[in-house]
Formats: sequence, C-alpha cells, structure tokens
Amino acid sequence: MSRRLPATDVAIIGLGWTGAIMAEQLTKAGLNVIAIERGPWRNTSTDFPTTYIQDELRYAIRLDMFQQASQGTLTFRNNAHQTALPIRHFGSFLPGNGVGGAGVHWNGQTWRFLQSDFVLKSHLEARYGKGCIPSDVTIQDWGVTFEELEPYYDKFEKLCGISGKAGHLKGQIQPGGNPFEGSRSDEYPTPPMRQPYAPTLFAETAAAMGYHPFARPSANLSTAYTNPLGVRLGPCTYCGFCERFGCGNYSKASPQTTVLPVLMRRRNFTAMTNCEVVRISMSRDGKRATGVSYVDSSGEVWEQPAELVLVCSYSYNCVHMLLVSGIGKPYDPVSGKGVVGRNYAYQTSCGVNMFFDDKVFNPFIGAGSLGMCMDDFNGDNFDHSGLGFIGGAGISASVSGGRPIQHRPVPPGTPRWGAAWKSATRDNYQRAMSIGSQGSSYSNRGAYLDLDPTYKDPLGRPLLRMTFDFHPNDIKMSAYILERMAQIGAKLNPKLLIKEPLTPPYNIVPYQSTHNTGGALMGADPSTSVVNRYLQSWDVPNVFVMGAAVFPQNAGYNPTGTVGALTYWSADAIINRYLRDPGPLLHA
Amino acid sequence: MRSSIVTCAIRGRCYMRESVRAIALFALVAIGAQSAPSLALDPQAADQVTRGYYLAIAGDCAACHTAPGGKPFAGGLPIETPFGTLLSANITPDRQAGIGAWSDDDFVRSVQQGIAPGGMHLYPAMPYPAFTHVTREDLLAVRAYLSTLDAVSDPVATNRLPFPFKIRASMIVWNALNFSPGEFHADANRSAQWNRGAYLVNGLGHCGTCHTPKNLLGGDKSAAPLSGAAVVGWYAPPLDSSVRTGLGAWRIEDVVSYLKTGWGGGQAATGTMALVVANSTSQLADADLRSIAVYLKDIAAPAQAPAPLDKTSAVMRSGKALYSANCSACHTSTGEGVAGLAPTLANSPIVQSASTDTLLDVVLNGAQAVATDAAPTAPGMPAFGWQLSDEQIAALLTYVRNDWGNAGSAVAASDVHSIRAHHAD
Repeated sequence: MSRRLPATDVAIIGLGWTGAIMAEQLTKAGLNVIAIERGPWRNTSTDFPTTYIQDELRYAIRLDMFQQASQGTLTFRNNAHQTALPIRHFGSFLPGNGVGGAGVHWNGQTWRFLQSDFVLKSHLEARYGKGCIPSDVTIQDWGVTFEELEPYYDKFEKLCGISGKAGHLKGQIQPGGNPFEGSRSDEYPTPPMRQPYAPTLFAETAAAMGYHPFARPSANLSTAYTNPLGVRLGPCTYCGFCERFGCGNYSKASPQTTVLPVLMRRRNFTAMTNCEVVRISMSRDGKRATGVSYVDSSGEVWEQPAELVLVCSYSYNCVHMLLVSGIGKPYDPVSGKGVVGRNYAYQTSCGVNMFFDDKVFNPFIGAGSLGMCMDDFNGDNFDHSGLGFIGGAGISASVSGGRPIQHRPVPPGTPRWGAAWKSATRDNYQRAMSIGSQGSSYSNRGAYLDLDPTYKDPLGRPLLRMTFDFHPNDIKMSAYILERMAQIGAKLNPKLLIKEPLTPPYNIVPYQSTHNTGGALMGADPSTSVVNRYLQSWDVPNVFVMGAAVFPQNAGYNPTGTVGALTYWSADAIINRYLRDPGPLLHA
Repeated sequence: MRSSIVTCAIRGRCYMRESVRAIALFALVAIGAQSAPSLALDPQAADQVTRGYYLAIAGDCAACHTAPGGKPFAGGLPIETPFGTLLSANITPDRQAGIGAWSDDDFVRSVQQGIAPGGMHLYPAMPYPAFTHVTREDLLAVRAYLSTLDAVSDPVATNRLPFPFKIRASMIVWNALNFSPGEFHADANRSAQWNRGAYLVNGLGHCGTCHTPKNLLGGDKSAAPLSGAAVVGWYAPPLDSSVRTGLGAWRIEDVVSYLKTGWGGGQAATGTMALVVANSTSQLADADLRSIAVYLKDIAAPAQAPAPLDKTSAVMRSGKALYSANCSACHTSTGEGVAGLAPTLANSPIVQSASTDTLLDVVLNGAQAVATDAAPTAPGMPAFGWQLSDEQIAALLTYVRNDWGNAGSAVAASDVHSIRAHHAD
C-alpha cells in the first residue's frame, strides 16, 4: 500500500537539465513543484572536487556517476526476428543518474539544429521530389520551426553561457561562425574557446579547400560568466576531463552550475532524491494523470498527487514511463499503427585517424567541446541529387582530452598489451589526431521501443526493449562523409591515415553516443506523434514529455541545445497557455 | 587556551549542518511573513514591530535562539564552551517557558546588562557586553517583534555547565572585570553615518564578539577593538584599516558588497561569516551597510611592513610547485582568482593574516561560500587535508603568503598538525 502525500501543483520525474529548467520556470511562475529523482544529490565542491574528479578509472571506466544496469536496464536486439536480451553493462550509450542527470557528465557541445531539420520531410520532398525518401524511412516534420524555437535556443545558451561565434546573426552571415546556421537573434554569450594545434590544422586545411570551419559552440566556457539567474560560471582550464566527469571548476554548464543554486533557494520547490517514480498515476477513465507513484530508498511506496506531471527523465526512460503508465497507444511495427516507441533513432558516426612524424599535438590540452567543425556536409546543406541517400554529418577535429587510460592512439596491427603496445603508445601519443563525424539518424519503420515480453526491472515492471540497426540510408550517408574526411586528412600529409567506417550491424557493446532519440516524438498529427508541438501528450493533457525522446528523428548534432530550447518553449506554453485554461492546447 | 565563552558561542553554530541552516533561515523568513497580520490594528505598533524584526536580523538573534530543526526563537541550541555546554534560551512570548511574563524593563535589563528577572545572571555567550550599547527604544522594538511570535511552551534548561561555572553569581566577578555597561553615545565630531556604523558594529552587530581579541577570562581587550582574534580552530581577521591584513585595501563598496552578497574585495564569506551574511547582513538596508563600512574603514591599524620570504628557498620552490598543481586552476597562476568563484589570494587579508588558523582550516577542510539572493552560486572549495601532508600544506601556504606582493611568516608543519588535530577532536 502506498502512502498518500499532500497534493502539489507539479510533479517532475527526473532532475536533470529538463527537470531543473522546468522547475525553475514553474516555481518562478508561482507553482509548487516537487522533483523526484532516482539518483543521489550531487554538488560541485563535494561530488566533483578538483582533488579527485580526474579519477579516470572510477568515473570513465567504472562509470561511477552513470545509471547502473542493476538499477534498471533495457533489452536490445537488432531486428524483430531476434530475441532481445538485457544489457548487463552499459556500453554503446551511458544514461545518467542523480541530480543533474547526464548534464553533469556531458561534453558540453551545444548546437542548434538546422532550419531544414525541423521541417525535414516537407523540405526534402520540396527539394528532391516525393520519391527521395526511402519507403520505410519514417522521418517527419517536428510541428515547430527553427524560427519559433530561436528565442528559446537563445535562452538556453544564455543560461549556460555558451562560448561560440555567430555565423548568421540577424540575417547577416558573419565571418568566423557557422554560415549554415539559422539566423540568430543574438551573438553567443561568451567568445569561442581557444583552439589547440590539431583543430587549428584541420580548420586551416578545410578553409583552404573551400569549406567553412568554425569553433564548436561550447558549454565549457572560454571566460567567467554570470547567467541571467545570477549564477556564476568560471573559465575552462582545458583540463580534458569533461565527458563522464563532473566539472570541479564550475566551468561546464550543468544544472548544478546554472540553475540549481537558484532553484534550491525557492521555497516552493522540493527535490526528492534517491526516489524512483514507478508510474504515473491515472484517473479511472485514463484521461488524466492524478500524480505519480514513487518508491523511496527504503522501499516504501508513496503517492504524490499533482495537477501536472512532467516526464523529464532520460530519453528512452521517458518512453518507458509512458508505456508502463498506459499513456498513449504503443507503436506496432507490423501495422505501423500506434505511436509510443515509434521513430527511435540514434547517431551515425565514422572518422579518420592520422599519425604523423613531424607534429606534436599535446592532446592533454582538451575540453569536451573543444574543436573546429564544419557543417558543409551536415543535414541538407549540400546537394543530395544523385547521391542515393538523405542526411549528413557534422565534421570536426576535436580534442576532448588526452586521458591516460582511454586515449592511447596506436596504429592498426599494434599488439593490445605488452612492451610493443607501450612502445607504440610512447611513439604516437603526441603524434596522432583524428577527424570525426556525427551524422544524422533517420527514423525508420523497424527501429522502435516497446516493452519486453520477458524481462522485468527491480520494481517488477517490464524492461524497455530496443530494436535498432543502422539503416542502409544512413550507412550510405556515412560512407560518403568518410570519403570527405579522408580527403581533408590526406591534405595534412600524415604518415598514416586510417579510415574508421561505420560498421553494421549496430553493436550495443562499444561506446558510440548517448544521443538516443525518439519514441515519444512530437508532431502535428496524433496518429504519428505522441506529444503535440508544445510537448503535451495528445492523450493525457496534463502530462508533458521533455528531452530527446520527442525528436521525430535525429540530426547530425548533439541533442542538448535543442533539448534545452524545447524545454523553454514548452515551459512558456505551460505558463502562458496551459495554466490559463488547463486542457489540450491543440485539438487534433 | 585563548578561547572564551563568547567566542565559543559562535563556534557552536558551525556544527550546524547545511540543511539545518537553511531551515533556520526559512524559519526566520516565515516569521517575517507571519508577523504581518498582527500589524493591522495600530500603525504605530506596526511600525515598531517591523523595525524590531529588522533589528532582530541586525542582531542575528535567530542564529543562537533557534535550534536546529526547532521552532523559531524557542532556544535549545547547544553552545559548546571551554567551560561546558549552555543551551540558548526560549525567547518566545510563552509566559512560563519564554519571556512573555517579563516586563519591558526586565527585557531591557537582561539584554543590556545580562541580568534576567529575579537577579539571575546570564553568561556572556549572550553578548550583552555588546548589546549594552543598544538603545532602549530599539530593544523595545525587538521585544515588540518577539511578542508577535508563536509562544512555544517547551522550557529550556539553559545552564549545563559543571561546577563551579554553573554558579551564575560567578558572573558578578566577571562583569566587574570585563563589562562596561552603558548605551551608545554618538560622537558629535563624527558624521551621522559614522555614528550609525559605530552603533551597529558595536551594538546589535556584536562584531567584536569574534573580531576583538580576548583576555584570559574571555573578556574583550578593549585597547584593541576589532583587531582580529583567534577563535577555536580559526581566526576572525582584523576589521581595521591594515592594508595587508585588514580592510585597508578595500573600498567602501567592497565592504558593502561583502556584507550584502557574501563577496567583496575579491574575498568570499565562508564558515561562520557565511552564516552571518546569510542570516543577518545580506538582509540589512544598503544605507546601514554603508554606515558599517564607513565606520570600519576608519579604524586605525598598527603599521606593519614585513618583508616577503626569499623566493629561491627550497620551501618556496616546493610550495610553488604544489600551488601550480593543486590550486592554480581556480585561483590562477597570478593569485588573482576568478571573481565570484575563487577568492583572490594576492593581497588577501586572510592569506597574510598573522594567524594562519583560518587559512589552514580552509585548506584542510575546504570551504563553502554563502548563497545570497544577489550571489546565489555559493561555490565551494574542496578539502585538501586528506590529500596533502602537513609538510606539503606548510610549503604551499608559505609560498602563497609570500608571492604576488604578499608577505607573511612561514607556516610550519607543526601548525598544520595542530589545526588538523583540533578538527579531528
């Protein structure tokens, strides 16, 4: 039996980026907000102190701050003909855990998606004709445009103090920035980071080839910054411990360094940590959420009544929450009907590694978002006529850090241990660089999330089942991008250039990207989307879903910038539309 | 033992955990809100209550009179002293457990002279040697405010001292030696602003409780007011105009900012001062903070001009290497720090202080800046005590005290050891 708590206005499931931003916005609007977080409280000076946060073994290898499979995992298979098995050790992607969520241990690469990304289907059909999209590719428009989201991108970037250089400001293309970006209303809050040797070399070469390199927009800040909430961030020290680590220098934007200091002072906000929401509680007719049911660390179950429920956990966990709560019709890949779990997508990556005799790169001067990029082959920035695929990738030379365990660049054929390996490490640590790509992942009929028929989590709920493989369209795209990168790399005259292509089938074991998208996708049509353009459930209007689960497909960018913008966009709709007249904001 | 009952009263607050502090703060705010309805009847009384609420904040009464998790002003906060434990008194309007049955004269006499009804002597953990300067009018306003609180009927047996200290009459002797009663009298040769500052600093603010050095009995050394004082395990720095170790290099605006936001003059309020800023000074009117600054900036300092230590010595070179590896990422290689995040070490009064107790406390145990509305970040410095040896910390701090224009005596490993041992107790 659960014990019933006093009602609150808003219950938030998960206190990461989206939960923290929503809580800040809604408490400011005067609502009483309770955020329920599965993991522990985390604080910069006590949990990510500079005295030991560089413990690569603890954080990057043993994954101290991430969700552990024993807390809950998912099952995986490449296609519906296989039997999915549980992931017992996270590998391909690493979901966060605890206050701040993945916002604690992200790299800080903070992008805006392209204008065309938000109207992808109509844009491609208008440019290349109806037949350009493969029949089983289920990409669609978002229901919101870049222009509508622009002020909210700006808001998120100012919250974080993002370091960068505008390439398209108030309709004018700017030198030094990304000329392919949609028009910005304002410059980045702080100047771009200073670039080390490898990215500089890449950028010079790319520019000489006629491409348009620019410094990656970064949440590792180039200078100290005070955000509009009055919270202060420090300048990045380029220590190279971002991804998988918390930042001990207050230099990486995270909920801890941007929102929580203000939020925790609000008397109408409560954070319940080490408490896991079991399901969203529903009215008898299933048309309204009545609150959430959660279990605390002693196993006791509590019922938290709420007028509004915001699903703010990690991407696919949001989908799981909807499925176990019976909100929305589950997707059926056979009939193509139903929506919850539909259009799961990921990221399509490949790269080239290069070894030199005559260059010294000092790879330990790094930061999660440090690097030079070019968008000449991203999205639909280039003519796809006759190429046989749609989509593209951002290309970059990055230096995220030369950490001693994970950064061991050695040529192929080197033994994986022993004296020869040590010797090769010594010879190549300073003399290797790479060019990487992060490509779009276009949703298709056979990639989806549903509930596993066999395996259950510690709370007795069916595990989420992921069915995914790289689609031929994305594989073709990646192969094309690989050749573009190899051309640039060859101009650098390396001693050795190694192509690292995308190698199907998708393998759940090696780390690739924690950019899992879709499954609770947004859209204009309830028959093909889970939430409307304001991220409100079509079926249960007092439930809103945040995060990358709402992406109809994934673009060639890191998701966080768009996730932040969508959260502010949705918060605005809740405060200025929903609260005035609680109910569906749109009617199908 | 140079500590005193008075200073230990403040130290007792340091044992409160962060969450408890937050509750105490919220309680204070809640009281402010609750007091509003009772104001409606008599505008003059309402003014008095509002003023009393403000003055109670200026006096930081809740700091001692509200226990962790306890009801506001119901007392019961344990105050550790070298002579034993005291509990703060219940000062809610309850007629038995609190002060509801007291006359106005009783209240004024107890606060100004440390003598409660029936002739019972208070211990100077209640800072009546400072509060004696507060005007009767202001104290009656505080009382008017306290009268609006919810009465709490929980009695508090305040005196838990062992014999012979438990005999309150011993305070008659102490008072004769250490206590000069008398309300504040304005100095006609000074500005109204200076006088307001003097009144707040020496009266309700009771700054000297920590910052004035003490004699063996724990009484103020009246010849050296606010010239810095060792407290158990840390050091309350001089508030005089010494350029190196006091407020000499600070502008009026720096002092105001420090008290208002917790940051000023490149320094962060941490430890006990963080609580003072959070619960008291951050809520005071800017005009009062400016008056305090004007008064403090006028306190003369003894001339000091020590020469920095030789930078080429082995200890200094070792200290520099340790600084570079452990500290420079935040405090920068020039000791400049990052405004609002990492305090400036170059020309820092705390860094160059004659006593290294606070410096050692911060390095060994870390520090947490205060969160205020104006500066909510509240950055923290991690503890290094577990990571660096006594010798390493001594070399590191010797270096920090003698580069970038700083000058200070060398820190010995035994200094580190003794502060470490104190915190281990």
